[in-house]
Amino acid sequence: MLSLMAQAASQAIPTGEVLKGLGAVGAGIGYGAAAIGPGIGIGIVVGNAITAMARQPESAGVARTTMFLGIAFTEALALIGFVVFILLKYT
Amino acid sequence: MTLLAALKFPPIGELVKWPQFLPGGFNKVALICVLSTLLTLLLFFVAGSNKSLVPTGVQNVAESAVEFVQDSIILQTMGQEGMKYLWYLTTLFFFILFCNIFEIIPFFQFPATARMAIPLMLAVVTWVMFIVVGLKKHGLSYISKSVKPPGVPFALLFLIIPIELLSTFIVRPFSLAVRLFANMLAGHLLLVTFAILSGTLITANIVFMKPIFILPFAMDIAITGFEAFVAILQAFIFTILTAVYIGSSIHIEH
Repeated sequence: MLSLMAQAASQAIPTGEVLKGLGAVGAGIGYGAAAIGPGIGIGIVVGNAITAMARQPESAGVARTTMFLGIAFTEALALIGFVVFILLKYT
Repeated sequence: MTLLAALKFPPIGELVKWPQFLPGGFNKVALICVLSTLLTLLLFFVAGSNKSLVPTGVQNVAESAVEFVQDSIILQTMGQEGMKYLWYLTTLFFFILFCNIFEIIPFFQFPATARMAIPLMLAVVTWVMFIVVGLKKHGLSYISKSVKPPGVPFALLFLIIPIELLSTFIVRPFSLAVRLFANMLAGHLLLVTFAILSGTLITANIVFMKPIFILPFAMDIAITGFEAFVAILQAFIFTILTAVYIGSSIHIEH
């Protein structure tokens, strides 16, 4: 047992490969984490916009425009996460 | 030439670096940009060349487009005061729309806005625009007014001023550019992924895997429709955010 561990410890670790793998893991986890908050946020924005449209159908146009604006602001965070993913993965 | 006509899949590194086919670094993205500029020019020149009282054909399209920008972008965000920026917003909307729509046109299959340079340049133009409008309207007090919301206690100013400075003058153009870029790139990658999947399945060696190609192929067609919607929506969002930013430097009060 001890000899096996010593043998494993004496083997050279390919540092470059390990770094590449860690980069891929980090990119995946990073994008996943970045998508949590905006997902919840867009749900809240659209849900409230639907409530507003259902209560006052005559002001649906204003609610829709404002909804798209809110989605655009919320979505930016997820998209920045996506860009970081691309940067980590392909450059 | 096969690469230009999108007849084969380019390697993934070409998302960042495109091969040029004319001297001076002229590549496919530049070609798409030139084409969409020409299309925008053509649309409005043809529509404006013979003005008839009852619009038909191209004139009909252009007039309803200008009306759309007036009614649902300018009047919703800036009010009557913003009508003098109609030229900029209409041009912006159509340029981005044509750049985006090349994503689903056969033989091009790439949105020019999926390269960071183009959205970034457009965002810089918008950035210069709303700063110049603010400086013209309010003079040098524009900057102090826009970083200092009224009615904030003195102690909080040390916190508020850097945040407002960052969010108004740095995050705004950056997020504007990244939003357009990442949306179009994500759509393009989605289309490519399903296209590669169906292509791989139909040329597979195992016979019973071949019919499965219908699933990603159907998904690809559905996503193509969705991307047409996204192209229009992103052009609209970029234009309306530009209008909101210009409007916020006309009426500064938060």
